[in-house]
Amino acid sequence: MARFAIRRIGSALLVMFATSVLTFLIFQAIPSGDPAFRLAGKYSTPAQVESIRKEWGFDKPIYVQYVKTMGKIFDGSVISYTQQLNVDQTVIHDLPATLSVTIGGAVIWLLVSVLFGVLSAIRAGRYLDRVLTVLAFVGLSMPAFFLGDIALYYFGYKAKIFPLGDYVPLTQNPGAWFSHLLLPWITLAVLYIGIYSRILRSSLLDTLGEDYVRTARAKGISERRVLVRHALRNSMIPLISLWGLDFASLLGGGTILIEEVFNINGVGKYVGDSIGRLDVPPILVVTVFAAFAVVALSAIVDILYAALDPRIRLSS
Amino acid sequence: MSGPPRSPEVDPAAPATSPPPLLVVDGLTVSFRTEQGVVHAVEDASFTVARGEVVAVVGESGSGKSVTGLTLMGLTRSPNATIGGSALLSGRELIGASEATLRAVRGAEIAMIFQDPMSSLNPVLRVGEQIVEQIRAHDDVTHAAALDRAVELMERVGIPRARDRSRAFPHEFSGGMRQRVMIAMALSCSPSLLIADEPTTALDVTIQAQIMEELGVLRRETGAGILLVTHDLGVVADIADRIIVMYAGQIIEQGTLDELFYDPQHPYTWGLLGSITRVDRVRTARLPAIPGQPPSLLNAPAGCHFRPRCPHAFAACTQPPALEARLPDSTEHRDRCFLEPSDKRRIRTVDGAIGLATGETVIS
Repeated sequence: MARFAIRRIGSALLVMFATSVLTFLIFQAIPSGDPAFRLAGKYSTPAQVESIRKEWGFDKPIYVQYVKTMGKIFDGSVISYTQQLNVDQTVIHDLPATLSVTIGGAVIWLLVSVLFGVLSAIRAGRYLDRVLTVLAFVGLSMPAFFLGDIALYYFGYKAKIFPLGDYVPLTQNPGAWFSHLLLPWITLAVLYIGIYSRILRSSLLDTLGEDYVRTARAKGISERRVLVRHALRNSMIPLISLWGLDFASLLGGGTILIEEVFNINGVGKYVGDSIGRLDVPPILVVTVFAAFAVVALSAIVDILYAALDPRIRLSS
Repeated sequence: MSGPPRSPEVDPAAPATSPPPLLVVDGLTVSFRTEQGVVHAVEDASFTVARGEVVAVVGESGSGKSVTGLTLMGLTRSPNATIGGSALLSGRELIGASEATLRAVRGAEIAMIFQDPMSSLNPVLRVGEQIVEQIRAHDDVTHAAALDRAVELMERVGIPRARDRSRAFPHEFSGGMRQRVMIAMALSCSPSLLIADEPTTALDVTIQAQIMEELGVLRRETGAGILLVTHDLGVVADIADRIIVMYAGQIIEQGTLDELFYDPQHPYTWGLLGSITRVDRVRTARLPAIPGQPPSLLNAPAGCHFRPRCPHAFAACTQPPALEARLPDSTEHRDRCFLEPSDKRRIRTVDGAIGLATGETVIS
């Protein structure tokens, strides 16, 4: 198990390196034109551009540029020249909001997906399964900017049950934190519930046909125990790994639509606004962080996965 | 695994006045509705299994032998299945019993060993835990006590270092060892009936012999009746007391081991016997096979189901033959073939041994 973990972390580090090189090339080396000018933004002076060129090493060979770029990203000295704000500090400031949206949404969508997926599988082909199938497709074809606006209009503006967007930190007022986030959570979850419940349904149906499920039934244990201990545990494995990846990509700015719709100042909204301003440094930093988060979380998920499924520890 | 059958053992547990058999199956019929039509998996099967007796159910794939075993456990129940007839286990009706009743029977009174030990154990649970689960489903014991019993059972079926191995996962065992785990699990609640569904099919020949020997020992030690489902007549020669031959969902012949091996009455049984490799005979030609394919259970041929593949079929074979005793000297040896016993004894000899003659079917 420890050997597996070490190997998996090693390969994650390699992937992180490759991702950082790729991101660097995409942002700094491949586009034509002056990278220093791109970073500086359209309202910059020639003197600013010159100082950026020195600072980021754009007058040096390309490997020096790479090292300097990564150095600046990770020592927290990247500045949004348009806003005159430190990018890393802004990201750290905005992260709790994004984490709140993502964790809450992810928990809701996982729980509801398991419920719907299991109901669908054990009632496969019957009325309830069909209803849930239709709901799943409605859910996964519902864009966040549409569903979120509808939710805000009816539950916020008309019924006045929920506030009209904004974010209240948990430490400031837990009640307000919850009431402000409930609509974003549900909006975020609906899309994923559609996908996840379908995946779990088919994975559970496959597992229910496995020989070891028949063995479990032949033991004379209750059908619920057969379902939960033998079938569900095995069919949750693909779902958990997907969950880790989706969770990570949401943390790295994937909540952009949700945060824009509900006016939550999180990482997603920060990136979205930066794109609107053509402010390159924040986009660069968040891209690297997001990629790293995906790689790191997928490594963590794999290690958890090995704890869940002993066969993984031997293979790969 | 082949060899001349030895005479069946006398059941030491059976007193002189024979009590009702452990399992009495009468007119068991199982059919499934599918999109293509109704599959008649088992038609009117009747047989008994006594305590300490090994009854082998032999037949090709799709002959209904596994479905018979699974139905006794209530594992073929589904909205699409129609199950009729009766199966009494120690006088208790299993067909139509409530799910709760069956759950108490499963694993405790009837235990089952499945064909593929590779896929029959849950890959993510330690084998000890899987045995413990069955013990605790039926007996109110602590986890520690159940684990002790599981380890004891694993030792008993020949798993070395059982205490350590109980903490291993199924993929850390070889196929033969996994099947031993399955057997240990099946034995965990001292069942009176053990259904072994092709327990050796997925195993090496040497391991097959060990597992069959293990089953033989168990029968002697526990007195459990064993219903051994297999497609390999060679496997059963060493262990079975009685044999049931199934074809296309029907029992086409049943009798004692000696009756079936030395005086088989149904042409299909001849074909099965003729296709066994015999190490004690000189092999002169290719191993004979029964020509053709088993019929689809969606619409089995009218009359005798074996008729399209039988070189001895004649006009009467278009009528369904009943399973009945057709020999004057035995009431237990039954078959479904209209041929005269004297004719059968003549035409079943092919190249000096019992086999199915080659030739065209007379009635198609």
